[in-house]
Amino acid sequence: MVAPGGGLGVPKAPGLLDRRLLFVTGKGGVGKTTVAAALALGAAQSGKRTLVCEVDAKGDLADFYETGPLAFEPRTIEAGLDAMTMQTEASLREYLRLQLRLPMLVRMGPLARAFDFVALAAPGVREILTVGKLAYEVRAGHYDLVVVDGPATGHIVGQLASPSGIRDLVQVGAIRHQTDWMLDLLHDPAVTGVVVVSAPEDMPVNETLELLDRLERQTGVDLAAVVMNRVLPELFSRHQQEIAASLDTSGSPALRVLVDAADLATRLRRSRTPHLRRLRTELGARAPLLYVPDLFTRVPGRRTTRLIAEALAAELGVVASGGPGVNGL
Amino acid sequence: MTATLEEMLAGREVVVTCGSGGAGKTTMAAAIGTLAAVHMGGRVLVLTVDPARRLADALGLEALGNVSCRVPDDAFGAAGLSPRGELWAAMLDTKASWDDLVRVQSPDRDTAARILANRMYENITGTFVQSHDYIAMERLYELHTSGDWDLLVIDTPPTRNAIDFLDAPARMADFFSSRFLRLLTAPARSRFATAASRPFYQVADRILGSQFLEDIAEFFLLFQSMYDGFVERARAVEALLGDRRTTFVVVSTLESAPVREAEFFCDELAARKLHLGAVVLNRVLPEWMADPAAGVLAHELDADPRPMAERLVLGDRIDPPVDVAQVAATLSTIADNYLRYQVVARREATERERMARKAEVVARVPLVAGDIGDVAALASIAEELR
Repeated sequence: MVAPGGGLGVPKAPGLLDRRLLFVTGKGGVGKTTVAAALALGAAQSGKRTLVCEVDAKGDLADFYETGPLAFEPRTIEAGLDAMTMQTEASLREYLRLQLRLPMLVRMGPLARAFDFVALAAPGVREILTVGKLAYEVRAGHYDLVVVDGPATGHIVGQLASPSGIRDLVQVGAIRHQTDWMLDLLHDPAVTGVVVVSAPEDMPVNETLELLDRLERQTGVDLAAVVMNRVLPELFSRHQQEIAASLDTSGSPALRVLVDAADLATRLRRSRTPHLRRLRTELGARAPLLYVPDLFTRVPGRRTTRLIAEALAAELGVVASGGPGVNGL
Repeated sequence: MTATLEEMLAGREVVVTCGSGGAGKTTMAAAIGTLAAVHMGGRVLVLTVDPARRLADALGLEALGNVSCRVPDDAFGAAGLSPRGELWAAMLDTKASWDDLVRVQSPDRDTAARILANRMYENITGTFVQSHDYIAMERLYELHTSGDWDLLVIDTPPTRNAIDFLDAPARMADFFSSRFLRLLTAPARSRFATAASRPFYQVADRILGSQFLEDIAEFFLLFQSMYDGFVERARAVEALLGDRRTTFVVVSTLESAPVREAEFFCDELAARKLHLGAVVLNRVLPEWMADPAAGVLAHELDADPRPMAERLVLGDRIDPPVDVAQVAATLSTIADNYLRYQVVARREATERERMARKAEVVARVPLVAGDIGDVAALASIAEELR
């Protein structure tokens, strides 16, 4: 699985999986976690040592691999693929231990609680503990690629902007120093990228477009790709469409039901097309647009994850040669 | 099922729609508001956090802000409706709501001005995630106590966890009554005096820098002046959520992850003794998608579409005439499409049974192609909900 990313109309950018740190985000319900899980699986299967991390602690990510609950400590869930869940308290403790060499803090109950409080009170501290841990894994070289099942569109900018925000607020001190190397990693398009997952509907497309602008203005983190999930394939050719419309179903109620179902599928697809087109137009050459078909498999699990990984792999190949595959527009 | 949504709403003044992101909370809030305005009358306000553009248009919401706009009677007229009551809509402006709250709760104008100008304040209200949850509930309380409304329908902000906003008032109260806040806001000179707090400041200074700590301290010092009012207020907001005039409507699609979240949410409401008014299942495939006879035919056609294609062509049933192979190919596509949707429809039926046990009122809204773009569309959802 390679992604040269230099195809027609696509700006010269590092291949998606050649980066080291990918933040996957998207509006709730579009399939953000599915895509993160599939990207990580695809990367691992292509031979990259991959870490996938869930940051919002809902525990959904584990379902996509059908593995037990994830912990802060990364666990190997299959060859080349480790998974973890973010816990800011654990991240803080690790940070204090590794960066500031403050092991005693772990034993100091009240003091640790005081820090939890500061973490809650001071804006951006939680966010930077998350970003910091992920950036640390990249810097330490434990993995070739870290895929983050990130927060939804509403929170990703806050998270990615937290190192800059903290740097502006904190004039001196150890954290100030820490933010510098984090920003170097985050602002390097060869290292870090954001993958925005969208769906061909009004709200997801609006949120995606707003997010693209905010990412650019407020974070300085490169947009690596937009993944359009749940794209419905064209059901009929034009000729078939005409035949279907003229079928006389008066003798068979069952056939009527079948034709109605085809009609609903066609109308659903048509209602999604303008949104898909709008996103494609507005996105332009800013980043590759990858299409993932609606799989009609609604149960998250290894099967879904594999199918999406295959669809993404196919798309990454297609992008390089210049055009989208399944959208048929 | 013993009750309808409309009956359930009769005794309520506040409806909170909740559920996982993308389930259709905002649309359902608007549809419930429409239902109430059309059939029940009175002044109904739908308070939304972040509506889709076409839904905002449908409600006549143009700009963001804490201003309530009335959905014009013309919009109902165009949909062939003459509502008994008034439908109003407002969007939640987090920043403006915080500013209002600070102005109300500050002891004097000077303190309010200093808080509003504090750079920590902007950061906290802007990025402090829980602040969105809290302010939505706070705004709800404000509107409820104004006495201007017969029914308030609010959709909850997208949160990491759908349950977060329920805890927001209590957390806000805890936050401001925390002893660490007192530690932080102790006068700078006495800070290092107590043995208990010394290591905290030493480490905190080393990590955060003392200037940053000073900034935090100043902010909280200012905020402390609002402490009593704030905590009292947060408790009142919490009480409103538990009031018997308040009900929660859990919205979910029938996909497995949203259903699981919805189930969790229903259980949490029960554990907190909050009223679960209804479960709304959204974007449900029509029942005929799981029609047994159609399923049998689809399998037949999937295996061999030619016999039916021949019958249809020979029976002169297709106009203009086409050859058998083309008809067969079309039938094959139609059958394949049906079988794919049938699987989904059957899965949905299983999930639906699980959800049906969760609430007394379970409403279903069918999947429709296209966005909700006008009052007529909202009214048709309202009819499904009744």
